[in-house]
Amino acid sequence: MRSLTFLLVALLVGGIVFALALLTRNEYVLFAGFVVLQYIVLATAWNILGGYCGYVNFGTAAFFAMGAYSTVALHKIGANPGRYLEGTFAEFLMPLLPLSIPTLVIIGGLVSALVGYGMGYLTLRLRGVFFAIATLAMAVVLQTLVINWDFVGGSRGAYIIRPDSVSFAGISLSYIQYLFLVMLTLAVLALWAARQIERSRLGFGFATIRDDELAAEASGVPTLRLKLMATALSGGLMGMAGAPMPYYIGYIEPSAAFGLPYAVNSIAMPMIGGTTTWIGPLIGAILLGTLQQVATVTISSVVNLLIVGVLLVGFVIIAPKGIVGLVQDWQRKRSQP
Amino acid sequence: MDLLLNAIVAGLLLGGFYAAVTVGVSIAFGMLDVVNIAHPAFIILGAYIAYIMNATFGIDPILSAIIVLPAFYLFGQAIYQVYYWSFERRGEEALRGLAFFFGLLFITEVSLILVFGVDYRYVQAAYIGPTWRIGFVDFPLRMLIPCLVSLLLVLSLQLFLSRTFIGRAIMAVAQDQQALRLLSVDPIRIKRIAFGISIATASLAGAFLIIIQPIEPSVGREFIGRVFAICVLGGMGSLPGTVIAAMLLGIIESFTATFYGPSWAPAVAFGFLLITLAVRPAGLLGR
Amino acid sequence: MTQPLLQVKGLSKRFGGFVALDGIDLDVAPGERLGLIGPNGSGKSTLVNCICGTLQNETGSVTFEGRTLDGLTASRRTHLGVARSFQLPRPFASLTLVDNVRIPLIYTVAPRAGILARTTLQVDERCMELLAMVGLDSKARRWPRDLTQVEMRKLELARAMAAEPKLLIADESMAGLSHSEVEEIIALLLRLNGQGITIILIEHIMRAVMSFSQRIAVLVSGRKIADGKPDAIVNNPEVVSAYLGQ
Repeated sequence: MRSLTFLLVALLVGGIVFALALLTRNEYVLFAGFVVLQYIVLATAWNILGGYCGYVNFGTAAFFAMGAYSTVALHKIGANPGRYLEGTFAEFLMPLLPLSIPTLVIIGGLVSALVGYGMGYLTLRLRGVFFAIATLAMAVVLQTLVINWDFVGGSRGAYIIRPDSVSFAGISLSYIQYLFLVMLTLAVLALWAARQIERSRLGFGFATIRDDELAAEASGVPTLRLKLMATALSGGLMGMAGAPMPYYIGYIEPSAAFGLPYAVNSIAMPMIGGTTTWIGPLIGAILLGTLQQVATVTISSVVNLLIVGVLLVGFVIIAPKGIVGLVQDWQRKRSQP
Repeated sequence: MDLLLNAIVAGLLLGGFYAAVTVGVSIAFGMLDVVNIAHPAFIILGAYIAYIMNATFGIDPILSAIIVLPAFYLFGQAIYQVYYWSFERRGEEALRGLAFFFGLLFITEVSLILVFGVDYRYVQAAYIGPTWRIGFVDFPLRMLIPCLVSLLLVLSLQLFLSRTFIGRAIMAVAQDQQALRLLSVDPIRIKRIAFGISIATASLAGAFLIIIQPIEPSVGREFIGRVFAICVLGGMGSLPGTVIAAMLLGIIESFTATFYGPSWAPAVAFGFLLITLAVRPAGLLGR
Repeated sequence: MTQPLLQVKGLSKRFGGFVALDGIDLDVAPGERLGLIGPNGSGKSTLVNCICGTLQNETGSVTFEGRTLDGLTASRRTHLGVARSFQLPRPFASLTLVDNVRIPLIYTVAPRAGILARTTLQVDERCMELLAMVGLDSKARRWPRDLTQVEMRKLELARAMAAEPKLLIADESMAGLSHSEVEEIIALLLRLNGQGITIILIEHIMRAVMSFSQRIAVLVSGRKIADGKPDAIVNNPEVVSAYLGQ
């Protein structure tokens, strides 16, 4: 399927999903759906660096939180510009404030992409293992920085008041409907981007890095440059997913924003779904995301995390190629006499 | 001046403890090249076991750690067996091995939350309250005892590794599996023993931890950065290097806590790690 | 006297306490066919790794076409025209044979050729051509895991050739090949040489090295002990006792 066709089809599917969600007239569906869509973006983003290039990132939460906290900082400035901005700078920016969600999403993405690039520059020359450990380290350093940064609330957290409704293309949507739509668009874009990469020259390059980095270098693949691209792209998407978060809950604090569930889920979903293609993270996110929403309500939020952990370890040992891999194996067996 | 000296002493004592926490990873990662990021989770597990034994039977934490040691050793062997079978054998340890240990880390932490809840737990022992004073320098016993036992532990391990046949085989297995096979020693068996030892140290390190500070399940994660920072800075497989690096980190953390406030402490170790990785991945006594 | 294509001066490489290479000097003239021989562990592959940038040497320098390679990444050196096959084959396991050979084409040849030439470059055809040169075209859509060791070495060679190098280093590409297969590879390498590609052949199969090389260098325990015409090398007593006599 050609890329433009795919994009249009995906947007169409997205549109149908949105319409269905609206029809249920159940706000909870939108809330839960928002979370699942968020995980689609996170899982897809993680997979670009983890599945395609083979570099494990344990710091998903950090990139995600940077997007969220960019929003918080900008929201605070936007809510009270006179207090924070001065002179001509303020006059120039005032009409733009408060920033709209799409703008915040892009800024959140840029911030995370830059940090990802910087961190990658320091650590991607080393073995993949050290990069993985460095991502863990980075997550803690950033969390500590945010805890000590009073402007965004520090460890006490920050409250964000969200408007009741937004008018979009002439239609008035409730804020949660609007957020759902934003995340839906982001998910479609993320999936499309992943698919594009997979089929492109870049995707081939990523695969060689995953398969054998030394041989890739010897074949002329500029591995460091590609890895940096993957890290920036992956981190950027995660930041974009995080940017709407403060408006979703209305309250943001470091231990939740940097929470372990983000790190585990963004790894578990692609690994359970399948890491070699864009479909894997999608399947993993939908399955695991829905499972967790159900489990949180019926059992407990802690048990559902345990289930994710067990599934991750189980799949990694038994079915390393994930669900996509299982399906492919089954198809291959069927076609053999 | 006495603030400075106390900070240094506190740092050294802390460093001694950090050495015990890290030595398991120095063996697993430094010598066997197994990236066990779940090690801190096993330490927390050891700490909780020490807590139960102490709360139920009144047993001293260090003593209970020694009692439980064989169980941890066998547990470690079992984990390595699964790891080897699923990943190392197929040459896929990079991505999947890491995901495996991360999963274990997560499962352990969440299981502990389910069983014990998120309240802080602590132990009772005769040496937890008192502090020795020499001049104007404080030596809190709850730091001193673990530090001393820890150094004893590392010393015995070093002797074991350099003086016994199995110990030398462990040090050799990282560098030359072929040579071991020629001596008809099964390298997999050696690695299994070594990994068992690595996890066994977590039992003791856990006891030290709960003596030094109250614990709750997420405390383990703070140690990941410290442990790997020390391991890398200490030159990966070198035990003396581990001790020196641990002391260094302990002092730096102590200074940071004393002069800048304790909320910055977690960042110190991790920042240290990032800088080490960026500048000198071979460590201080590097290979 | 034309400038050497490749100039290695005083190259040393240690691994911890072990000295793998000790002050190697080696010149390769443009268009030359150089054989590199020596016992296992003498440092041949380490030398190749240092020339190609897979490893960084501690002392000494590597110059290619008058330009220093020191500090350049391996991929940069490949772009400049140095390609090699790995002694232990390192194929891209998740890519088919065709795609394995495609990588150097799209990452080295195409960027080098510039935008205009890129559109006329028939990548698929060229991939099949390269695979056919080593006799692997029938397995083009298969995966490396379906290949025999010998076939994997041929893939290594095809991949190195795909980068359209000025200097091709073939590291034990012929191990395990039958007599006629060796002849085929020699003929292939001679053809490439005829097109102007300088070739360094690292082999243990002496008759192949003898018939192919214009000059032979001998490495023993990290040192170059001899460097000259094949006849002189074969009759060199030091070489015979260190290597050939075995």
